Amino acid sequence: MADIYLDNNATTRVDPAVVDVMIPYFLEQYGNPSSIHKFADGVARGLKQARQQVQALIGCEHDSEIIFTSCGTESNSTAILSAIKAQPNKKEIITTTVEHPAILSLCDYLEKEGYTIHRMPVDKAGRLNLNAFKNLLSDQVAIASVMWANNETGTIFPVAEMAELANAAGVMFHTDAVQAVGKIPMMLQDTKIDMLSLSGHKLHAPKGIGVLYLRRGTRYRPLLRGGHQERGRRAGTENSASIVGLGKACELALEFIEYENTKVKALRDRLEKGITEQIPHCFVTGDMNNRLPNTTDIAFEYIEGESILMLLNKAGIAASSGSACTSGSLEPSHVMRAMDIPYTAAHGTIRFSFSRYNTMSEVDEVLKVMPGIVATLRKLSPYWDGNGPVVDPEKAFAPAYS
Amino acid sequence: MWDYSDKVKEHFFNPKNAGAVVDANATGEVGSISCGDALRLTLKVDDATEVILEAGFQTFGCGSAIASSSVLTEIIKGMTLDEALKVTNQDIADQLEGLPPEKMHCSVMGREALQAAIANYRGEEWKDDHEEGALICKCFAIDAVMIEEMVWANKLRTVQDVTNFTKAGGGCAACHEDIEAILEKVLAEKGEKFNPNAAPVEAPVKIAAVKAPLTNLQRIKKIEQVLESLRPALMADGGDVELVEVIGNTAYVNMTGACNGCQMAAMTIAGIQQRLMEVMGEFIKVVPATEMAKLVSIGA
Repeated sequence: MADIYLDNNATTRVDPAVVDVMIPYFLEQYGNPSSIHKFADGVARGLKQARQQVQALIGCEHDSEIIFTSCGTESNSTAILSAIKAQPNKKEIITTTVEHPAILSLCDYLEKEGYTIHRMPVDKAGRLNLNAFKNLLSDQVAIASVMWANNETGTIFPVAEMAELANAAGVMFHTDAVQAVGKIPMMLQDTKIDMLSLSGHKLHAPKGIGVLYLRRGTRYRPLLRGGHQERGRRAGTENSASIVGLGKACELALEFIEYENTKVKALRDRLEKGITEQIPHCFVTGDMNNRLPNTTDIAFEYIEGESILMLLNKAGIAASSGSACTSGSLEPSHVMRAMDIPYTAAHGTIRFSFSRYNTMSEVDEVLKVMPGIVATLRKLSPYWDGNGPVVDPEKAFAPAYS
Repeated sequence: MWDYSDKVKEHFFNPKNAGAVVDANATGEVGSISCGDALRLTLKVDDATEVILEAGFQTFGCGSAIASSSVLTEIIKGMTLDEALKVTNQDIADQLEGLPPEKMHCSVMGREALQAAIANYRGEEWKDDHEEGALICKCFAIDAVMIEEMVWANKLRTVQDVTNFTKAGGGCAACHEDIEAILEKVLAEKGEKFNPNAAPVEAPVKIAAVKAPLTNLQRIKKIEQVLESLRPALMADGGDVELVEVIGNTAYVNMTGACNGCQMAAMTIAGIQQRLMEVMGEFIKVVPATEMAKLVSIGA
C-alpha cells in the first residue's frame, strides 16, 4: 500500500490544479506587478482574482479587506502588534492557554515589555468559559486574540460570539483561523471579527503564503513599511505565483467544504471509533461535540508518542504527537497540559488529521496496524503488566526524580 | 523527525532484553514522567562473583530512550558490578553511534538506572544529582540549569562569559537571546542589571597581555598550557586532545577518546582555536592532525 498521510493539520499536499495555475507566473508573467510592460500586465489581474477567491471563501464584504502576507505567523504578529501600536495607551491582551506558539511566544515577549497578558484556561474538554472572557474585557485591553479551532484537538471556539462581546466592550478581536479556514463554512461579514489569520499551506496551497483579513475601518499599523504593495499595508514585492495559487486553493476549498464535512468527517469518525473500540485504555481529547471534521487526537495511555510515530512511520503512516520528545522540550504539549490530561496519557497522544485526498481503505490500513503498535510498546512499558495497566500505576512505578 | 542513527533504529525496532528479569535481585527506577522518559532496570547478579547474569528493561519513552535502555542491557551483561559502574553515558551513546543533543539525556538516564540498580543490590541508598532544565545551547547540549549555576557560581555577566565558562553559545550563536534572558533573570535576583557591554569576567585561563611576537618555542609552550587548562572540560565529556605539531601559526591536534569521531569535534576545535587566540593575543589556526598528512603529501 502507498504511504498514508494523516498529518494535514501540520501541512497539506499542494493541489495539482493549484500548481497548474502558478506555473505561468514563474515562466511568463514573471514581471513585477508594479511594472508597465507585457511581462507584468496579467499579474495585477491574477492578484485581483485571487483576492476575490479568498474573499468568497471567508465571506468578507470587500476584497480590499484581504492583505497577503508570507504566512500565518506573520498575519498573527501583524494583527497583535498593529493593535498595540494603534492604541499605545492600552496595555492588556487577552488570549488563551491553548493558542499556537505564533501567538503565545509573541505574548510572552510582550509580557517582558510590560504588557499584561490574560491567558484564559480551558476545561478538561478544551472549552473556554465565556463569562470569564466577559469579565476580562475592559478599556485597558488592546486586543483579544482567540483561535478559531485548535490545531491539536480540532476543538472549535465560539469566536463569533466572543467577537460580539469584545466589540460591545470596545475591544479589537483577532482570530487565528489557520486550522478552520476551508474546513468549516464562514461568513465574516456577518460577524464582528476585526482581524483573521489564514495560512495557504493548510488548505492545499503552497507554503510561504498567508492572509490577514482586516475589517474595513479597523485601526491598523503595518508591520512592514516600504512600497505601496497591498495598499501600503504590507510592503514587499507580491509573491504573485503563490498568491494566485492560494486563490485557486480557496476556490477549491469552497467547492469541497461540504465534502469535508461529510466524507472527510466519515473517515475521521470511522478511524476514531475503530481505534477506541479495539484498543483498551485510550481516549479522544478535546470537545467531541464541537470539533473540526478532519481531526482526531487520541491519547494512548502508558506509552509515549514519539515511539508510536516511529512505528507508524515504519508502517508507512504519517501522523503527529503532543509528546515532549517529538519537539525536544521537557513538557508534553501545552494544549494537553491545559486540559489537565495526566502525564502518562499526554505523552502518548497521537493526532490524525485528514484531507480530501484520504480514503476509507487508508483508514482500514491504520486500523489494521494500530493495535499491534500499541501492544508492542505497552509490552515495554513499566506501567503495563500483561493485559492491563499495573495496579495503581503511579505508585507501582515511581522513578527517582519524577 | 530526529536524525537517528541506524543503530538507534535497530535497537528501537528490535529491542534486546525487553521486560523484567524473572527473580531479579537488583532494581533501579529513574526518569521523569513529566518529561516523558522513565526506565526500570532489573538485574540478576551472581552473589559469589558479582557478575551481571541477566539484565532487563521496561521503558516509558521515546525511540532513543528505548534504544538507550536496550543497548545498556547489552553492554552490562557479563560485567561485574564494579566494571558496570564504570560505564558512562558516553559509552551508551557511542554504542548507539551517537544521539542528537536533545536526546543525550536518554543515555544519562540509562547510566543512572544502572547506578540505582547496583545501589539497590548493595543495600545502599542511591541519590541522584539530577536536575535538568530546558535545553538552551543545542550545539553543545547545555541546559538552562547548568548555565544558571555557572552564572551564580562565577558571577558571570555577559554572553561571552557564559560561553567561556560553559561552551554554551559558542557554536551557531542562535541561543544568545536565551542566554541573555538567563543572565537578566539571575542578575535581577542578585539585584544587578544585565549590561551586554560589561567587562569580561576573568576566564578560567588568564588572558595574556599582547606583547612582542612569540618565538616558536614560547608559542608551543603556551599552546600546551592552554590545552592543559581545557583538558578537564574535555575529559568530563570523555574526550581529550593531543598536540601533534606546530608550524607557524597552525597547531595540529589529535582529538582522542569520545572527541574522536564526535559530531561536535569540529565545534570543539573551533572553541579551542578561539581560546588560544584569546590567551595568546595572536591568530592561531587549529587543524586536525589528519590534515597535516595531506599537507605533507601535497608538498612532496
